[in-house]
Amino acid sequence: MTTTIFDAASASVGAARPAPAPASSNGAAPARAASSDVPPAPTGTQRLTFAKAITLGLRRALADDPTVLLMGEDIGRLGGVFRVTDGLQAEFGEDRVVDTPLAESGIVGTAIGLAMRGYRPVVEIQFDGFVFPAYDQITTQLAKMHYRSKGALRLPVVIRIPYGGGIGAVEHHSESPEVLFAHTAGLRVVTPSSPAEAYTLIQQAIASPDPVLFFEPKGRYWDKGDVDLDAPAPAPHGDAPTGMDTARVVRPGTDLTLVAYGPTVATALKAAETAAAEGTSIEVVDLRTLSPLDTATVAESVRRTRRCVVVHEAPVTYGTGGEVAARITEECFFHLEAPVLRVGGFYTPYPVAKIEHDYLPGLDRVLDAVDRALAF
Amino acid sequence: MSSSGLPYASPSSTTPATAPTSHGPGAAATQTPADTPGGPAAAPVPTTDGRAAALHAPGVLPAVAGGPLGDEDLVQLLTPAGERVSHPVYDAYVAHLTDDDLRAMYRDMVLTRRFDTEATALQRQGELALYAQGLGQEAAQIGSGHALKPQDHVFPSYREHGVAHVRGVDLADVLRLFRGVDHGGWDPVGNGFHLYTLVIGSHALHATGYAMGVQRDGLVGTGDDERDTAVVAYFGDGATSQGDVSESLVFAAVNQAPVVLFCQNNQWAISEPTTRQAVAPIAARAPGFGIPAVRVDGNDVLASYAVTAQALERARSGGGPTFVEAFTYRMGAHTTSDDPSRYRTSEQEEHWRRRDPIDRLRTHLEARGALGEEFLADLQAEADAFGERLRTVVRGMGHPSSASMFEHVYATPHAGVEADRAWFQQYESSFLDTREGSHR
Repeated sequence: MTTTIFDAASASVGAARPAPAPASSNGAAPARAASSDVPPAPTGTQRLTFAKAITLGLRRALADDPTVLLMGEDIGRLGGVFRVTDGLQAEFGEDRVVDTPLAESGIVGTAIGLAMRGYRPVVEIQFDGFVFPAYDQITTQLAKMHYRSKGALRLPVVIRIPYGGGIGAVEHHSESPEVLFAHTAGLRVVTPSSPAEAYTLIQQAIASPDPVLFFEPKGRYWDKGDVDLDAPAPAPHGDAPTGMDTARVVRPGTDLTLVAYGPTVATALKAAETAAAEGTSIEVVDLRTLSPLDTATVAESVRRTRRCVVVHEAPVTYGTGGEVAARITEECFFHLEAPVLRVGGFYTPYPVAKIEHDYLPGLDRVLDAVDRALAF
Repeated sequence: MSSSGLPYASPSSTTPATAPTSHGPGAAATQTPADTPGGPAAAPVPTTDGRAAALHAPGVLPAVAGGPLGDEDLVQLLTPAGERVSHPVYDAYVAHLTDDDLRAMYRDMVLTRRFDTEATALQRQGELALYAQGLGQEAAQIGSGHALKPQDHVFPSYREHGVAHVRGVDLADVLRLFRGVDHGGWDPVGNGFHLYTLVIGSHALHATGYAMGVQRDGLVGTGDDERDTAVVAYFGDGATSQGDVSESLVFAAVNQAPVVLFCQNNQWAISEPTTRQAVAPIAARAPGFGIPAVRVDGNDVLASYAVTAQALERARSGGGPTFVEAFTYRMGAHTTSDDPSRYRTSEQEEHWRRRDPIDRLRTHLEARGALGEEFLADLQAEADAFGERLRTVVRGMGHPSSASMFEHVYATPHAGVEADRAWFQQYESSFLDTREGSHR
């Protein structure tokens, strides 16, 4: 700069300076992309990876609602480090799929401002361990704005967080911080367990008028499943229940209820299959949502099976399992044949990758807990 | 203070980098305490460890002269004696103001101060849990507030009562927060004045994001004065140490967002002087982000108006963000719970009392013969009525219902909240005396 260092007085007024990364329109409303250029949305039932199902869910939300924006680090040309936003910037433009500066608090803080202005930002936090710079914005601002304003301000912000381990990553890339957010009133916390769930749940999260933490089990990104791409999408901007508030029985059974969510649902289903071969009938409940926690669905199951084991990757101490155990104890005390048992991460930092499979609740540890519950 | 009112000049051109003692933390060591602009207690501790000299090692840029409390290069249009001084750039931004406009600013400053006095008294009487005075910052707030247009949007910190008043917020509503009957208290949308933010600096990002939304709405650079929109974030010198404020500078710059980052450097973050937040002028940070900055005499309502008007115009027209540092002084305590006598001198307070922003405008208007007795009498009566209304409204605010704690946690029903609400209602109704909260 050749002008003075404090060049407010001399900086030209009225002439937009060349911006390093201009919002391409200094303005122009987010034209629903030139719709003739947008290929028609894929339809029918397709076999997709977990990641691709989220991509198509995001794509549908972007196409259906011009106020939806994606924001995050490397989500544009790169398509995100897990490629979840692959191709979306090319299709919807740099104003709607925004490569942000590398600053998580800044991403969430500006998303809050955009939401106040009527937009529906969907933020990507690159890895679970990197959400903490934004923890303040999420818990003190995002979670409380509706409350503080007595409903005058809604913040329909979705924060997508790839979470969990099992991919051999370095430190801070395998954590499960979901209960830190479920503990904070004002946030909704959901996590899909399959490609089909992911496709629907991401659209429900975006349609929600409340802020939603959307935890994506990164170890399952490459899992494949059938996805009905014509599944009804929730109406945007409505107050109608989005359908994401409920747990779901994903495998019926009679002898024990195995409660899981996100990455451990597949583990629980495998455990149920293995146990079935030995004559034990396990019911698997996918929580889907941690805030609110659908106690009714779990309690209804446990009243029938009389035994309950909760599985998650997050540390057991102060974890979701403790919350489920307390609620089940309160609601089903006289139905229980055994204490509610918990299987999950240990009370250590996430360990190095070479030993992470001893930390994670795998099939053997789940079956061990099942055996202990049945032995009561 | 400088009466030249020159725009801030490059330190490298005004201060040769050959005198290490005039730079960095040790800069004020060459001044006697009495000469220190911020007052005796604000003088930085002299350093003798060679840090200042080290700043001039090869490859190290020189520190900006003056330090965070320097007042030699502030934009000023009214001297502390109320004398109007000309300025090559900013005269143009006040040329259209009439005596009526200045009287309107004077009125707002007087009413805002009356609000401060009344609210402080109400706290002392036990009617408010806490109160944060704006005393001494009226010029920075009223001047900048008057430069706003109706479509602009403000994100205040928690001491911007003057801006709130200019934006049409009923100041009695502001006391709902301090009485403990509301976390907000006013309509954050209709007034274009967001709720107060108590987590320091967080709202600078909200303002920047909001401005990014304004861009996407196509309300920047259209040339339509009634539509082009700017956003202002108000924060203090302490807030500039927060990462969120630095991040807001990054996001504002790379997006060329129509936002004005307005820092009231009132020299104190509770007990910590600005010298605990910075060693160079706070505004000097912004150019490093690619954002033009200006330092203004924050006790000069005209200059505060002018620099804000320029910054807002730049934002609305598509010229991007501006950082304004209004150098002022927190004449009161941080809040009614604070005791400034523990950390600053009465000499310093007296130094700034002699630079009272209201006195300055009053002297100026009187010298122009623009402050008639009738106007002053009417204003006194208005202030008295305002004070009485504040006292009545605050005492009549009532008690929020206990069950209201369950309202608005979410926009749509949430089973966790509903379960707690149901339990609480059942619990409350289990007492013989069924008045809410009767069991306490």
